Amino acid sequence: MPGTAREEPPEPPAVGDAHSVEALLVRAADGDKDAFTGVYQALARPVMGLACRILRDPAQAEEVTQEVMVEVWRTARRYRPERGSAKGWVLTLAHRRAVDRVRHAQAAAQRERRAGVVLAGREHDEVAEAVEDDDERRRAQECMARLARMYRVPLVLAYYQGLTYVEVAAALSAPAGTVKSRMRTGLRLLRDCLEAR
Amino acid sequence: MTAEEDPHQPVGAYVLHALPPNEEAAFERHLDDCHACRREVAELAEAAARLAPAPVDAAALPVDLLGRVLDDISQTPQERAPIGPPTGRRKRHLMSWALAASLAAAATFGGIAAWQSIRADDARDQATALQKAKNALSSVLTAPDATLHATKLANGASAAVIVSRAADRAAFVATDLPALGADKVYELWYAAPSGDLRPAGLLPGTGDHSARVLDRPLGRTVAVGITVEPAGGSHQPTTQPLGIIPVGSQKS
Repeated sequence: MPGTAREEPPEPPAVGDAHSVEALLVRAADGDKDAFTGVYQALARPVMGLACRILRDPAQAEEVTQEVMVEVWRTARRYRPERGSAKGWVLTLAHRRAVDRVRHAQAAAQRERRAGVVLAGREHDEVAEAVEDDDERRRAQECMARLARMYRVPLVLAYYQGLTYVEVAAALSAPAGTVKSRMRTGLRLLRDCLEAR
Repeated sequence: MTAEEDPHQPVGAYVLHALPPNEEAAFERHLDDCHACRREVAELAEAAARLAPAPVDAAALPVDLLGRVLDDISQTPQERAPIGPPTGRRKRHLMSWALAASLAAAATFGGIAAWQSIRADDARDQATALQKAKNALSSVLTAPDATLHATKLANGASAAVIVSRAADRAAFVATDLPALGADKVYELWYAAPSGDLRPAGLLPGTGDHSARVLDRPLGRTVAVGITVEPAGGSHQPTTQPLGIIPVGSQKS
């Protein structure tokens, strides 16, 4: 760690509560299948929720969920508790898989057309499809709603529709470089808002 | 400095998995050398994950899915060595190749299955499903001693090397390879125990499904790597490998 002068032997990072998903995932990395089952029970439903949203096809979302969970098992060593939550790490894997699959299954033109439909409506409906009862997700929705539209729209189209920044730029008739930098700014603003509470 | 010139600028699109494959590979090379970027990736990825919608209801999760996952993982060795970003600087990709050689050596001498290694029967089934086997390909795939070594490449593609030590040949198959620009190809490499590299053949940059028998006999190869190279290929890798697949070592 930067700034630490201590020369202690590398310790497994402290992961707080031994029953946290983080602790379970660290144990799963050592081949503990019971711990892995705990990770599955905590995270399979969020993974499938994300895959369903992106793919809009429960059968494919189920396949993605299965693939993601196997990938979690296979690559659990890569998870670093000090860098973030287990849920964040697993949902990142899930997003990657779902996006790869939606790009494979649907041509860019098709996804851009759907993006057009989203844009014609109220794009933040993508974020809030239902009244949110979960505090964390409600907070994320509030933060998204607070973002200026020019930052919010690229995030929505990339995250929920699987568009590349080039495709987002085409859908918005905006310069690609501008969209790319707005994705960074948008995520930073989102992060700051989420941390501000 | 304008936004366009800032090499950190793609970090948001990267976290959203919204970079085209060639830019993603380039940004990952940049990440290898940029500690601040890796930290920003971690922070922004955590924020992006908060955009995930509500979990599906318990009822929407098939009851047998956990069983299927547990079946799968019982046949899926875990990665033992973290393949995190290399910390080296100037000789980065040489170090990665040396790592490949030592990984393969560790796997051989220590008897550790460091990577997915599947029995020949499964190898043939999987490879067949991946790709209609061509004749030369099937002679490797159906060799009695064929072993399959599968991994996920840095660009998201799935790749496998099928090795027949008896035939002294290897085949490479991949799915979901991202398309490259017209001026780029994928190049395959044989890594010797010393870390020396020999070109092992090119794959067109058209992407998607690819399968081929590798050029030249396998010899004492301990790993097969893949990089992106200028059209026509290179004599030595000029980019960070997308993947390095240890294939064990020759039995003597």
